[in-house]
Amino acid sequence: MKISFTINGAAQTIDIEDTNTPLLWVVRDMLDLKGTKFGCGKSACGACTLHVDGQAIRSCSYAVKFAEGKNITTIEGLGTSEKPHPVQQAWIEEIVPQCGYCQPGFMMATAALLNENPNPTDDDIDKNIINICRCATYYRMRKAIHRAAELTNKNTNAQKL
Amino acid sequence: MSKKISRRKFLVRGGLGTIGVVALGTYVFRNPLRRAMFGMIDSFVPPYSGSGTEANLWFEITKNNTVILHSPKVEMGQGTFTSLAQIVADEFDVSMNQVQVIGAATETGIVDGMSTGGSLSVAQLWQPLREMAATMREMIKNEAAKKLSIDVSSLSTKDGVISGSGKSITYAKAAEGVTKWDVPDTPALKPMKDYKFIGKPIPRIDLNAKVFGEPIFGMDAEMPDMLHAVIVRPEHVGAKYKGANIDEAEKMPGVVKVIQMDNWVGIVAKTYPEALAAKFKLKVDWDVPRKWTEEDIREIISVGNGNEMIVQKGGSSLDPEEEGVETVEFKSPIGAHAQMEPNGAVAHVKDNKATIIISTQVIGVTQKQVADALGFELENVNVIPTYLGGGFGRRLNTSHAIEAAQLSKEVGKPVKYFFTRKEEFQHDMFRPPTHHIMRGKLDENGLLEGLEHHFASGNVAIGSVIMPDMLHGILNADVGAIRGGSIQYSKVPNIRAVQWHNPLPFATSWWRSLGLLANTFAIESFVDEMAIKAAKNPAEFRLALIDDNEDGKRLKAVIKTAIDKAGYTDEVTNGRAMGFAASTDAGAPCAQVVEVSVIDNQVRVHKVTCVLDCGVAVNPDQVKAQCEGAIIMGISASMHEKMTLKDGQLYPTIYGPYDMALMKHSPREIDVHLIQGADVPLPVGEPPLGPIGAAVANAVRRITGKRLTELPLKMG
Repeated sequence: MKISFTINGAAQTIDIEDTNTPLLWVVRDMLDLKGTKFGCGKSACGACTLHVDGQAIRSCSYAVKFAEGKNITTIEGLGTSEKPHPVQQAWIEEIVPQCGYCQPGFMMATAALLNENPNPTDDDIDKNIINICRCATYYRMRKAIHRAAELTNKNTNAQKL
Repeated sequence: MSKKISRRKFLVRGGLGTIGVVALGTYVFRNPLRRAMFGMIDSFVPPYSGSGTEANLWFEITKNNTVILHSPKVEMGQGTFTSLAQIVADEFDVSMNQVQVIGAATETGIVDGMSTGGSLSVAQLWQPLREMAATMREMIKNEAAKKLSIDVSSLSTKDGVISGSGKSITYAKAAEGVTKWDVPDTPALKPMKDYKFIGKPIPRIDLNAKVFGEPIFGMDAEMPDMLHAVIVRPEHVGAKYKGANIDEAEKMPGVVKVIQMDNWVGIVAKTYPEALAAKFKLKVDWDVPRKWTEEDIREIISVGNGNEMIVQKGGSSLDPEEEGVETVEFKSPIGAHAQMEPNGAVAHVKDNKATIIISTQVIGVTQKQVADALGFELENVNVIPTYLGGGFGRRLNTSHAIEAAQLSKEVGKPVKYFFTRKEEFQHDMFRPPTHHIMRGKLDENGLLEGLEHHFASGNVAIGSVIMPDMLHGILNADVGAIRGGSIQYSKVPNIRAVQWHNPLPFATSWWRSLGLLANTFAIESFVDEMAIKAAKNPAEFRLALIDDNEDGKRLKAVIKTAIDKAGYTDEVTNGRAMGFAASTDAGAPCAQVVEVSVIDNQVRVHKVTCVLDCGVAVNPDQVKAQCEGAIIMGISASMHEKMTLKDGQLYPTIYGPYDMALMKHSPREIDVHLIQGADVPLPVGEPPLGPIGAAVANAVRRITGKRLTELPLKMG
């Protein structure tokens, strides 16, 4: 069965037998975008977080059939080293990653949070950023999230001028 | 700091600790211009020290004048690659952006015959890598001298360029076409003050790859025409595979082959979801000889049960019946690694050759195990390490590489195989549970006159593929479980540390910091309790128990600095109290002060001050990152995590129910201070995990009057 969606700005149609296949495996193994990670397969860790129509989704538990006609963004589409997303820029400035495996999921969750709430408080961050990082880089992540908010607001203000 | 080392000595010193083989070679433009230094000491080769006998390469110089270090150690988040790049840049005289680090594969480079672990990577490579980089610099300079027809003494090096008498040539040009290298004596190393990168907070060299989602992990690896596999593993502890009805599974879409081995069954399919779907159609028959219970495990892990080993002994032992002798028991649970990237491998077995791409901490062991299982020569198994999505000791065991190879052999194509999360939790090589009996007695001055730590643990190092059992035969102790188990208070006249160890019905093994986490929890909680009994400030109480020898001075320095930086007090203010604890692990003393509140029985850690004597911090920012991570991982292990046995199965089997510290549990403030109490880099990845559990428990004691004696720490 054919399913069409936009991914990282490009139109894409895939042909898949089982439309209940999790979006994660379509993204990783059919479209070869490996930045979205498998952690648990049960929506419990957030390593597979990507955006569907701007919302943070745990793609290991999101059937690909629901992606029909939607706009998907993965870490590869968030920004590039030439043009990093403010969240990625902040992650670099704060030197957040250790092993790095969970980081794309955290950055996608953070980018979605900042869309909703451009100035999250520490409590907002605690409530909304609930992915798991085994290296426990949470201390730097919190700093990076505040920094990303700062960078985002600076960009927005610059655009207004 | 700098010293002249003879060539012969250089070759010997170039090794990684106790591992036998040393070599230095180079490729230029990927043509094997290799030659160069080759030396061997084979006096001691530990079991499974698979790699290195045909070692050939440490450095490559590329056409665009970049130096590639083929690292014998892997990068699992600890920042080793960045520190190694700094070391190379400084002694090779290149800039940071002219150095790349990749993990050496067994076919192309030198891999550590033992492991990446023990927080030892930078400490072990500090001297040999500087010597090799400096020697390489001189070798290239000699070639430049020939090409420029200038005496080598008038040449200088900077940023990958050799200059003198108004002429210059890049390293790449100087090395081009060289087929026979002269190896000079090891040159003097630079004095520390001349280092431009060592000692600086250089950003991690893998930042971009990790921030932009590049495919760098074992899970991301692919090979052409690759298939996907799952294996069925038992849910019950000790269960044995008897057989399976595979009829339905074989007919599932995408299934290529269902493979029944002697003690397991696997499915290979075109895609992972197809393999997983077919797995649920297998009807597997298990033999479950007994259903192990939590009580069974507690009985096995109990002081007085199993093999006894006196780890430390001074003066006489305390009589538990004597007046004034205090006794407190402590416990810690089974802990899971729960690293985010599941274990797995991509394997391709064709003819008599195997290629394995894998996240592993033991490249040489992985190679040897695969070779043995397939009956291949060692050199016909190429293990290519990737970045690791967390290690923490879990990837010191990679038997799944064998299974991936066997599956590939059965279908004649590359196969990717990895664990489900449930399998990760049920088939981890766990941190063993522990039981501790602490005993102590105060003298008339309120100082400790006796302190004893009796502790029982499941195996950590015993039975491990990287530790010869012979060693444990000699020591009669588990060298992993004893970490942090000794008494660091040298002025206490009567001390004992006595270990009891026993095997468990499930695998236990190395978990970041090994015994340190639980042992320090027991010792430092008890010492705190004795300070309260003596009506003394617990930090001052400890300082009075430490001799002024070399180790004592360093331990005192971290304690005093922590008191000072945290403004430590044992008063409770506005419902908040501070907790103090210190440990000495792997020669790196660490003291921590935590600020804690207890509201509605919820313990909350607000701030942690951490002082670590790490010797030379090659990258102080990454040493701090290790402290921050270790502190929060320590909070997670001490306040949240616990595996139990339920109906004979290890439980839980998923994140969430396996309760771990999240963002909301992380202290909002972590203040790390580094002290350089030695002139070499010391281990840093594990020592900061020691004090945290006891520090939190000690703060809770201040606020509530209650002494928590069991991990994870829970009120009520």
